[in-house]
Amino acid sequence: MSVNTHPPAELDPSDKSLWVSLRNQSAPILNVEMQCRPGEMLALVGPSGSGKSTVLRTIAGLQKVDFGHIRCNGETWLHTKHRNDVKVQQRHVGMVFQHYALFPHKSVEENVSLAIRGSTRAEKKQIAASWLERTNMTGLEKRKPGQLSGGQKQRVALARALASNPSVLLLDEPFSAVDQQTRRKLYRELAKLRRGLDIPMVLVTHDVGEVQQLADSMCLIHKGQTLQQGSVHEVISAPESKAIAKLLGHQNLFAASVSNQDSTHTSYELGGTETLHGEPSDLAPGTRVTLLIAPSAISLADNSSHDNAEHNVLHGVVRDAVSMGDEWSITVHLHTVTKSLRFRVPQHLLSSSHVAAGSPISVNIRRSGILAINDTHSM
Amino acid sequence: MSPFLVSFKLAIWTTIILLPIGMLLGRWLAFARFKGKAWVESLVLLPLVLPPTVIGYYLLLVFSPESFSGSLVAQWFGQPLVFTFPGLVVASVIVNLPFAVQPMQLAYSSLPLEVREAAWVSGLSSFETWWHIELPQIWQGILGSATLIFSHTLGEFGVVLLVGGNIEGSTRTVSIAIYDHVQAFDMQSAGWYSLALLVLSLAALLVVRINTHNKAGHA
Repeated sequence: MSVNTHPPAELDPSDKSLWVSLRNQSAPILNVEMQCRPGEMLALVGPSGSGKSTVLRTIAGLQKVDFGHIRCNGETWLHTKHRNDVKVQQRHVGMVFQHYALFPHKSVEENVSLAIRGSTRAEKKQIAASWLERTNMTGLEKRKPGQLSGGQKQRVALARALASNPSVLLLDEPFSAVDQQTRRKLYRELAKLRRGLDIPMVLVTHDVGEVQQLADSMCLIHKGQTLQQGSVHEVISAPESKAIAKLLGHQNLFAASVSNQDSTHTSYELGGTETLHGEPSDLAPGTRVTLLIAPSAISLADNSSHDNAEHNVLHGVVRDAVSMGDEWSITVHLHTVTKSLRFRVPQHLLSSSHVAAGSPISVNIRRSGILAINDTHSM
Repeated sequence: MSPFLVSFKLAIWTTIILLPIGMLLGRWLAFARFKGKAWVESLVLLPLVLPPTVIGYYLLLVFSPESFSGSLVAQWFGQPLVFTFPGLVVASVIVNLPFAVQPMQLAYSSLPLEVREAAWVSGLSSFETWWHIELPQIWQGILGSATLIFSHTLGEFGVVLLVGGNIEGSTRTVSIAIYDHVQAFDMQSAGWYSLALLVLSLAALLVVRINTHNKAGHA
């Protein structure tokens, strides 16, 4: 793990980070460690049913776990060992629910001002107005949630979550119920809004594209287990295990073993007949690995091309080619390896006759685009 | 006291006592998950299917001054309950329990948990959540409960006859007066009383239905 996720033994009141360590032995099984610094947007990513919403709800204090330790804003919110469990109302959490959970009988303004504590009526009104302005909802204060579009509801939910001056912002799949166009607009608004927020922010999602656009770091959860936490780029480009690579939607995963290792390159043997060369690494010969080939590292080659210092050349036949926008998504059946290779090329480079099923095809694989995941390290 | 006044007094007392009970019980049954919930729900609904005379019979047993329970009840109320107005109120409360609980339980069940959670997360205490979030959304259930309790109490016959007896000015309600008049071949008086009950009950039900449609129209 690239990030230390264990809460420090001593409570440091000046540490505004969110520290989470949860274990649940009964359903839903949990074994989660994560940390989020003030101003950081941490994406909690995993398939549905992976336990990411449970983690978020436990941070908010809406759900109980067998063993847990949660710190935020220099306070302990949960420490099951010491029977310490701060009530949800006292945690000062800002939360946006998946279906917004607005108060249906209250106006937009009342929805926001109800969440503001310890101020006079006039102050509340003023704070609510300023948050509604920041979420682009000015002019709609008197409307009821039933008269709002999905995107508008989401903005009110965000204003309500932030108006209480929370010590952490929790977003539970906040974009799942709006259309693509609204989603893009909301991404932009959230990205702009969060610049002024110096609190930890946790975004639950299963959309890796959303993570890349909004989050600084990500924590991958599968079946209640934290698999990897790190910067978004780090986790996506260098998954620590085959399972993580699969969860992230990576294709082109090949079982291989290290056959040779020197200062210029590492050689990997695939299925006994094909050898791929990658960048030098510290893997010992014989190590079993999973090779992850980035689609961007694959390009078309001439039939007569051979391996060189930068590229591997593989030959095969087209299994199928699907037109997607202005690109071909091509699946190639390699001559030497049983698994197929998938990649995309711009349509202007190939006519449809070239990509008919059964046509011979040769591809370059850039050495730097080959990532070896050590199978013996992963779960 | 005229049978009408007795009936109204009984209906008002029953409604006042049952509304908070129905609200608490209905909320509990809507939100809580526990073993034996089916048992509690069945017990609450029992007066709906049991002949009123059966309930009246058991209440007579419980209230009877000769029994242990009856002496406890007499001590508690300062007098035996059989054939008295307070006895009638207690009986009426028990008979009307399903009418108090059902509409409330239904109204509470339609509140999404997420909305209450959003209130807690926003810092609202349990009471504030009830006051600001739950109550404004379940008032239709309250109105439904109140109307059903009130109109059903006006029409209750079997239990009232068994537990209250038929004491003029104290436990003689309209429905019993109608029965008496018919027995005495005074069809005209029975007719007036019946018509009055018919109009009252219809009006009460109309109030609830019109409100429901108005709300549905606005949503």
